[in-house]
Amino acid sequence: MTKLNEDVSIVLCGEAGQGIQTVEHILTRMLKLSGYHVFSTQEVMSRIRGGSNSTLIRVSSRRVASFVDRIDLLIPFSPGAVKHVGNRVSPETILLGEKKIYGNEYLGTRAIDVPLSEVASQVGSPIYSNTVAVGLLSGLLNVDPGILQDYLRGHFSGKDQETINKNLEAAKRGYAFGHDLLENGKIRIEIQKSYKIRDEIILDGNEALALGAISGGCNFVPFYPMSPSTGVAVFLAQHAKELGILVEQVEDEISAINMVIGAWYAGARAMASTSGGGFALMAEGLSLAGMVESPAVIHIGQRPAPATGLPTRTEQGDLLFALYAGHGEFPRIIFAPGTIEDAFSLTQRAFNLADKYQVPVFILTDQYLLESHYNFPTLDPWRIKLEKHFVKTDTEYKRYRFAESGISPRGIPGFGEGLVVLDSDEHDEEGHITENLDIRTKMVDKRLRKLDQLQDEILPPELVGPKKYETLVIAWGSNYHVVIEAMHKLGKEDVAFLHFKQVYPLHPETVSYLQKARTTVIIENNATAQFGKLIELYTGRKIDKKILKYNGAPFSVEEIERNLNSFLD
Amino acid sequence: MMDTQSFDMKDLDIAWCPGCGNFAILTAVKEALTELEVNPEKLVMVSGIGQAAKAPHYFKCNFFNGLHGRSLPAAGAIKASNPQLTVITESGDGCTYGEGGNHFIHTIRRNPDITNLVHNNMVYGLTKGQASPTSAHGFKTPVQTEGVFLEPLNPLALAISLDASFVARTFAGDMEQTKDIIKKAILHKGYALVDILQPCVTYNRLNTYKWFKTNTVYLEESHNPHDRIEAFRRATEGEKLSLGIFYVHPKPTFEEELTVYRENREPLYLRRPDLTKVVNIIDSNRGI
Repeated sequence: MTKLNEDVSIVLCGEAGQGIQTVEHILTRMLKLSGYHVFSTQEVMSRIRGGSNSTLIRVSSRRVASFVDRIDLLIPFSPGAVKHVGNRVSPETILLGEKKIYGNEYLGTRAIDVPLSEVASQVGSPIYSNTVAVGLLSGLLNVDPGILQDYLRGHFSGKDQETINKNLEAAKRGYAFGHDLLENGKIRIEIQKSYKIRDEIILDGNEALALGAISGGCNFVPFYPMSPSTGVAVFLAQHAKELGILVEQVEDEISAINMVIGAWYAGARAMASTSGGGFALMAEGLSLAGMVESPAVIHIGQRPAPATGLPTRTEQGDLLFALYAGHGEFPRIIFAPGTIEDAFSLTQRAFNLADKYQVPVFILTDQYLLESHYNFPTLDPWRIKLEKHFVKTDTEYKRYRFAESGISPRGIPGFGEGLVVLDSDEHDEEGHITENLDIRTKMVDKRLRKLDQLQDEILPPELVGPKKYETLVIAWGSNYHVVIEAMHKLGKEDVAFLHFKQVYPLHPETVSYLQKARTTVIIENNATAQFGKLIELYTGRKIDKKILKYNGAPFSVEEIERNLNSFLD
Repeated sequence: MMDTQSFDMKDLDIAWCPGCGNFAILTAVKEALTELEVNPEKLVMVSGIGQAAKAPHYFKCNFFNGLHGRSLPAAGAIKASNPQLTVITESGDGCTYGEGGNHFIHTIRRNPDITNLVHNNMVYGLTKGQASPTSAHGFKTPVQTEGVFLEPLNPLALAISLDASFVARTFAGDMEQTKDIIKKAILHKGYALVDILQPCVTYNRLNTYKWFKTNTVYLEESHNPHDRIEAFRRATEGEKLSLGIFYVHPKPTFEEELTVYRENREPLYLRRPDLTKVVNIIDSNRGI
């Protein structure tokens, strides 16, 4: 008998097109409704059919939000599946599936043959195998059968009655199978339920970011599809009508960024959402935003590069690119959400800051954050107040008036008596082209002064762990949860964790946090410790040790724990 | 009644060469706007980079003088953000058909209600005399030393092939027709291309005033601009270049198709998000 307690890691693995993501979607929501904490993330190949994709679902009595290597239950949907995740399979892993599928690949001693497709065929067709699997896991995890039935009814509500009935039947039979495994003592699973969780929400990073944009007043989204950022635009497009957002798929990212700037010029609030390659095409437009002092919100969902790289996988390789992109010198702000909640609130905040300081504001995410889900209490769109910073113009209006703060009031055409004139050439206060070199110097200074102005609004890094520490572990962006979980497991009293969700400009307190540490360790999902370099550049402190990963996969809790341990011993 | 002085600016230092066709086009644009009584505050000129793209600096208007080749996306976004504005782009052949070629194609497909004025002098002026996408076969330059051997881009044929909503060509030497067609293009609902032939007195010794006079001909009164095949034939015929309105196809504009304006005509700058709806979406992720 195998006993699984408190925190169970389930991996579904099969080919693209087999519907694993549907199983993930249904299961995570049902498990949450049953009172479990859930986390799920997927790794997929850049193809429409075939290959091997896998999804991790963690079911726990505590909040879970990070990737683990460990597999407690492995459900293979295709030949090749077990091999695909083979290096994560341990003697403790239980294989749950059809012998005819895992057949020769069977690696361990613990396998339970569940004839998923046979049961599905009895119901009517092998296509119901996924629903049988949903039922099986529901039974094993003690999901209330009522929730299973209701959820599936809701999920399949667009289908005809026969399809609904057959899915319900398939789930029921799968459930019975799972329940039997518990009853006859083959597996025991004990995870505490909490009914408070039932009312929480489940979102992925894409959805949270899109909701943050809407709450920030975003009403114009010109985009060109590119993994892994496409989900943001798709979500916004699906809600465009009810929320009054203009979502337009355009010819290329060059068009997208120029539209973003054109839209802000006319008073809309626009966002570009892309990945590194698409952003490369936007670099020229970014520089235009710098010159004409246009607000812009730019989301970069990072994936491994150079060039096309690994389109469906994850990396934090574009930090310095976002920092230095665009010819010339001009201020910018870069956020890197650590959590799904951050993806919401930082994006919402980005719109206010872009508008106030007339600068580009970046949201730097990655595939891992965008395509991971977990439950959390709620999001509050009212917490950050929407600020609009444009002014009504009069006949004396000058767009680039030499303001002491560097922030010249931004008028928009058609609102007031004045004319709003902007030029990508160096320009005078009115916005007209100039080659007066004194004006040039003054304009550069004016633009750069905005960086001083926004110092007060830089978000401080978050210190997790003891206030007095020997070792300071540093990470940014999506590695927030995984480092916290690893540190918790490590349980060292003299190790603290400093997480940055604003990576540029750096908060002034950064220096004192670094000074308190004897040793600093940086954890980054890239090959060259880009944030480490950025810290050194702005604080003068060299990072002592690096934990880097750049194979396209996210860090696992075990990996970080292991690596930190090797440094600390 | 407005007069052209409404658009005049004081102390202008114009960067164009004496005798440049741009002067005539500038006058034609100002007169067209005056006659249509377009208020400078409600007008947005959008341009790219090049000598033609400097035009908005020389009269009173709101303007967005953006990047080389990128005027059309910016213009489309401005119009879509505030359909109450009159939006006109003004740039050269290199900017519009070369650097901005992809935007040219897809803006036509998108059909925003904007006017696309293209100063077409068949040469790059500001970078000192290289071939442009519309330079003729055999046109010699310091770069194309043996003469251009690439096929010249035919903007009218391309636009008609994409079923552009309004396609016309004028000659800057005929200011009256140029003004008249610009007016029609502005009044036209939807994307309107006006390709304006223009000599470059400094860098194009081939396509001079005299050359254009000899090598252009007016479309006959009997030309039916609703006949796409005929328009295409006239746009591609050899020998002389025809002048006039080649093709008109009234159809819904981009802004008319947008759901954001279906129930609410307000420009986007006046809007705020309905956070109750955001909460509803968030809440829909709680239950079944």
